[in-house]
Amino acid sequence: MMIFNALFAIWAVVGFAVIFCWLVPSARWAERVNLTAAIISFLLVVYLLWAAPVKGVTSVHDYLLLDGFGVWVLFCLAVVYLLASVYAIGYMRWMHDEAKRLHRFYSLFAAFALTMFLAPVQNNPGLYWIAIDLTTIVSAFLVGFQRAPQSIEAAWKYIVIVSAGLGLALLGTVLFYWGGTFVLGPVYAMTWANFAAITPKTDSVLLMLSFLLVLVGYGTKVGLAPMHTWLPDAHSEGPAPVSAMLSGALLNCAMLGIVRYLHALVGTDVAETAHTALVVLGTVSLLVAALFITRQTIIKRLAAYSSVEHMAVIALGFGFGGPLGIIGALYHMLNHSLAKSLVFFGAGNMMHAYGSKRIDAVRRVLDYYPKSGALWLAGAVAITGAPPFGLFLSELTVLRGGMAGQNAWAVWVMAVLLIVIFIGFLNHFRAMYFADRPPEHRPHLKLSAWHVAPLAVALLGVLALGLWWLPMIWQHLDAIAQHLGGPLHAAS
Amino acid sequence: MLIFHLDPLASSIFSFLVIVALILAFVMLGSHWIRNHVYAFAAESWVIAALSAAIGFYGHYPELFIIAALTALLRGTVLPILLLRIIRDLKLNREFTPLLQPSSSLLVGGLLVVFSYALAHKIGLRLDLVNSFAVLALTTMFGMKLIGFLMLVLRTEAVSSILGLLVIENGIFLGSQILVPGMPLLLEMVILFDLLIIVSTFGLLIRYLHREIGTTSSRDLTRLVG
Repeated sequence: MMIFNALFAIWAVVGFAVIFCWLVPSARWAERVNLTAAIISFLLVVYLLWAAPVKGVTSVHDYLLLDGFGVWVLFCLAVVYLLASVYAIGYMRWMHDEAKRLHRFYSLFAAFALTMFLAPVQNNPGLYWIAIDLTTIVSAFLVGFQRAPQSIEAAWKYIVIVSAGLGLALLGTVLFYWGGTFVLGPVYAMTWANFAAITPKTDSVLLMLSFLLVLVGYGTKVGLAPMHTWLPDAHSEGPAPVSAMLSGALLNCAMLGIVRYLHALVGTDVAETAHTALVVLGTVSLLVAALFITRQTIIKRLAAYSSVEHMAVIALGFGFGGPLGIIGALYHMLNHSLAKSLVFFGAGNMMHAYGSKRIDAVRRVLDYYPKSGALWLAGAVAITGAPPFGLFLSELTVLRGGMAGQNAWAVWVMAVLLIVIFIGFLNHFRAMYFADRPPEHRPHLKLSAWHVAPLAVALLGVLALGLWWLPMIWQHLDAIAQHLGGPLHAAS
Repeated sequence: MLIFHLDPLASSIFSFLVIVALILAFVMLGSHWIRNHVYAFAAESWVIAALSAAIGFYGHYPELFIIAALTALLRGTVLPILLLRIIRDLKLNREFTPLLQPSSSLLVGGLLVVFSYALAHKIGLRLDLVNSFAVLALTTMFGMKLIGFLMLVLRTEAVSSILGLLVIENGIFLGSQILVPGMPLLLEMVILFDLLIIVSTFGLLIRYLHREIGTTSSRDLTRLVG
């Protein structure tokens, strides 16, 4: 079928970039090949977005599934991969110490993208688990790429904590399958559709236990508190393009797993409790994010805790359920991917310009960098959910979705915490932009178009999404929400 | 299903192997010589391989023989050799900074297994499996899982973290062999190879830790907080 050929083409192109960049020791060629792969895969994903049926179609003996939700996650990923590949060209050229290994960076970068292109289309929950595991391994090397003590420490903590979490997810997967053996017999195909088919007849205690294990397991990877502890380390110590990919693309891929399991529970008597569990985790994460954002001293950790915040918003959207909750969460995925890339790129620029990771070293940004600084400031306003940017619309939709459901209490908590985060986050930017004191070390680094253009593109995107929610996008997300809100086994 | 009708001999062989695997997890918990941890892990993997083979034989799942062979080869031989090489290269001997005495950690481990049994019993009651082998399998699965987490919490040496994760993995693998022996072969093989990649990755990162930071103890990894 055409659409699966498009998917295979993405894998082939990105896979070629992985091998080429590893073997050919030329950073310049690696930049070009990786960027070309990103452009081609972006175009192919846009085609998939248009062509793949929302209800899903499987191929290769039911091992692969292309549905509206999976393709939407692929789309967010392709957007970030493209932006990050452009930005990486400018950013990585600053790493003079690593110049000889730079082609390896692009190889790993493409490999990271490839593992993420694999995960959302797996129709077998076990293979999905493995794809997520592979993303961890590849990205740990990217986090530790600079070989600085902090980077290695972050990579180590990342891989240990996430592997332990994924162990829980695997246990949950096995128990889910075991529950099915009482319904479908000892041997059956492990697919999302079969998991959904067995849930109405499986014992509710076993079902709930399996779901909670999966939720905590993939929740670790999503960065939901209290399993989020690796996230600020990994996101702040990797190179800026990697931070953007980890935050804007990878977290969505892991969230997809939780939502697919949640979807399999629709129509059972544990569905309500499962949704509430997700809402509780989301609320706790928001609280943790609010506390750590307010007292933060490191620029990129600020952005990293903001990722915890936005994953919490997405978790709340899916946890609230209902058409509005799910539509809001899906729209928020794309908005967050764009805005967070912008914030990380801007942070990377300023960290290098001022030669420090600390917020208090960066002062009076607009005096030195009017263009890039203005873009970064706009990005900060966008990421806190202020109008007229897309995140405002999606957060509002999630809040509205929550009002209608059983967990309306969480709406109030969420609204208060979002305001706290808005004030806390922007207060740091106020200090960086408008404090009276000039910086101790004046920045004199020149920023090229490679460093500024990706910020402008991301900002335009998130602004457009905020000014005008295209009816086409709304209808598409609505169709996905209807599919995810209804029982899966009736549809397939 | 396999767990419903077992002849007494098969049942006792399975129970024996499962309990040996659980005891080996306690051996790892009680000893502070890292080398012994690796030996205990290797032995545990061979026990699980034997279990796979026994289940394949009594339950008529011929593909489990392949899994058994791969388990013995990868989990029982290759992984321990990789770990021993790391230990030799970094000249590690024993865990220096245990938070608890061996006896106390054994006690905590025992309590965790009691908790696992309570959980397994509850599930067994719900599914009418109380008198079957499934409860023992679930107990061991959850018990090894929790012991692995306990090792992650108590131990500070980087190699011990890997071993803790491997015990967690072994627990899941053991449980899945008994509960869902029909789980797709492809998946089990991929998980086995995945484990190999993970451990190689860990090995590489430990060497970086050693070279760049000069320590392999998680106690000294305190640069990133807040």
